Amino acid sequence: MTTKGFSRREFLQNSGVAAAGVAAASTGAVIIDPNGAWAMTTTTLDEHQAMTLLKMSRQLFPHDMLGDQYYAKVVEAVDRDAAKDPDLTDTLGKGIADLDGRMGIEFVHLSEGNQLKALHAIEDTDFFATVRVATINNLYGDPLVYRNFGFEGSSVEHGGYIDRGFDDIGWLPKA
Amino acid sequence: MAKQFGLSNDSVVVVIGSGAGGGTLSNELAQQGIDVVCLEAGPRLEMSDIVNDFNEMFTKLSWLDKRVGSGALDPDLPLWVCKTVGGTTVHWAGAALRFQEHEWKARTTYGDIDGANLLDWPIEAREMERFYSLAEDKMGVTGRHGIPHLPGNNNYQVMELGAKRLGYTQVHTGNMAINSQARDGRPACQQIGFCMMGCAIGAKWSTMYTEIPKAEATGHFELRPESMVLKINHNAAGQVTGVVYADKDGNLHEQKARIVAVAGNSVETPRLLLNSESSQFPDGLANSSGQAGKNYMRHTTGAVYGIMPGPVHLDRGTQMAGIIMDESRHDPKRGFAAGYELETLPGFGLAGVATFMSPGGWGREYAQDLEMYRNTACMWIVGEDLPQEANGVTLHPTEKDQYGLAVPVVHFEDHANDIAMRNHAFKAGRAVYEAVGANKVYERMPFSSTHNLGTCRMSEKPEDGVCDSTGRAHDVPNLYISDGSQFTSGGAENPTLTIVALAIRQAETIAERMRKGES
Ligand SMILES: Cc1cc2nc3c(=O)[nH]c(=O)nc-3n(C[C@H](O)[C@H](O)[C@H](O)COP(=O)(O)OP(=O)(O)OC[C@H]3O[C@@H](n4cnc5c(N)ncnc54)[C@H](O)[C@@H]3O)c2cc1C
Ligand code: SF4
Repeated sequence: MTTKGFSRREFLQNSGVAAAGVAAASTGAVIIDPNGAWAMTTTTLDEHQAMTLLKMSRQLFPHDMLGDQYYAKVVEAVDRDAAKDPDLTDTLGKGIADLDGRMGIEFVHLSEGNQLKALHAIEDTDFFATVRVATINNLYGDPLVYRNFGFEGSSVEHGGYIDRGFDDIGWLPKA
Repeated sequence: MAKQFGLSNDSVVVVIGSGAGGGTLSNELAQQGIDVVCLEAGPRLEMSDIVNDFNEMFTKLSWLDKRVGSGALDPDLPLWVCKTVGGTTVHWAGAALRFQEHEWKARTTYGDIDGANLLDWPIEAREMERFYSLAEDKMGVTGRHGIPHLPGNNNYQVMELGAKRLGYTQVHTGNMAINSQARDGRPACQQIGFCMMGCAIGAKWSTMYTEIPKAEATGHFELRPESMVLKINHNAAGQVTGVVYADKDGNLHEQKARIVAVAGNSVETPRLLLNSESSQFPDGLANSSGQAGKNYMRHTTGAVYGIMPGPVHLDRGTQMAGIIMDESRHDPKRGFAAGYELETLPGFGLAGVATFMSPGGWGREYAQDLEMYRNTACMWIVGEDLPQEANGVTLHPTEKDQYGLAVPVVHFEDHANDIAMRNHAFKAGRAVYEAVGANKVYERMPFSSTHNLGTCRMSEKPEDGVCDSTGRAHDVPNLYISDGSQFTSGGAENPTLTIVALAIRQAETIAERMRKGES
């Protein structure tokens, strides 16, 4: 999955057309959830950048029923793409710095209300579009998440839905 | 057996493109013993390449060569069409509807509408009946010729109930080129639910596994995949003599031809004519009218999502599972000319709904609506848009594609009539879901264009269009337009059945002309 800025390119944004590029000099981080529920490993994004993207992706698509580990997978996917794409690394680095500058306090330390204000302020940037698209693809494209929400994925190997409820709507009145 | 023809063999008919128009024309000619070379820009896939994955199939099948969209179009991906053997019939959903009688006479029926470049087709509705019938039989269209309708999935049942509660009466599971029972060596639909990613079992008609192999079996047909036609050549007499194409390694070849038929879909077809300009045809081949590339139509579309009180599982089963046809009539009392259909649409998975339901959407409220994915229903609007001269395809002044050809720029703006129609349709779609108790409704503007029409239109008079009533170029006696570019007007119906019917008709005409010794 790519996170490259195909913001207006709704179809292409999902298509996995990965950008070629040279691995950038990397910092990387290993972040472990204080409760030990999850860990996040990056090679290109540093700890602050990774934590900022984690919070940001949750603010973009907040689901109380999903733990941070699902959002951490979004960050890891963005990091994998950034490792192959110096332009993306640059967009992310500058975008995070911009976000941190908006309210005078780093984004990760803002209240929820102020985080939203900061995000609204950068809504038209490439950085914002990149993270929004990456969150959609990697959060909602994660089988553990989409199955939980009710999308059932590939069906041909199960013989389709002909015997598995394509017309099982029970709640619909007859007329 | 798959035959091979020499490059210098100038007795063959060259067909450019293997989709709805080109694939059908090729097979129809080959069945009559006429030798055909079909040049297709895209690769040849196997059935095993078709998997139930939206992203993977989009990447495998789509036309991703650079195009620029302007006006109301997506700037990066103005069209959603295929570059593969089978063309966009690999992606298509299978809705196979006939034009209504009055739609063949758009100018006469709708009158002189300001800003619209309307014309009547130079074809009578009556004449098309036989060809529609042949096309439906070829494609195995449900609800015709005794073929049963498909069963309706949940998404359809929601739409059907809402429609009936509003008093709509023409509501059913459509006329679909999808087998409701095994037919023509292909199985019945298993309600797999990824039709627009390619049907993995071949229940849906596609030239990829119907027309192309059938043509090959005649011994009169050669398919050359990964062969992108760059230019059509002509002689001093103004007849075409062959085409120049690039093979997969970028090597150029010239294939000689007796007749050339262009079916590259509505952007590539006029682009090829424009790129084939010469001192004799300075404005592009067959373009003395100046209409090549103009009057681009893409149907007035949009989508309506309803978050329903119970589960719908809209991605289960046939994606275009049913239709409301009541609004397809021409009834100017509604405040616009012409009409529209409402057809179910799937979600394309959770990520698809998140991407498409509200372009650019984010935040807690949107996330909560996405938690209702299971309960989401969706329908698509498809209505007749009016041809406008300023909508169309031009060549980019500087940018070139990988073949060194000028990149096409596609421009489209809605006509006021299109906007009035879409607003009416949004209201109608909303009312349908609200009649079944929708908790929330989203209206979204058109996706990248899937129905692309009109850019080399048919006209009675040579000054009004590019081709005549048989699809033959007004200016060039052995050049044919064989795809949706021929459309004089768009009708409210999904276009492919009409494209196929016209291709069958054109094959008859070409065969007859060849028998008589005409070109
Ligand atoms: C997702 C989706 C769903 C659809 N659903 C429906 C539906 O339910 N009902 C309906 O009626 N229609 C539907 N359509 C539209 C339908 O697919 C098209 O109307 C139809 O396929 C157009 O036929 P065509 O012959 O004009 O072009 P295509 O089928 O697109 O074929 C054109 C072919 O020409 C090739 N080509 C182009 N230029 C060149 C060149 N220079 N040299 C060599 N080859 C070239 C292309 O690679 C392509 O394979 C759908 C389309 C999409 C994308
Ligand atoms: S729903 Fe039917 S037509 Fe569509 S992909 Fe599945 S089997 Fe093919």
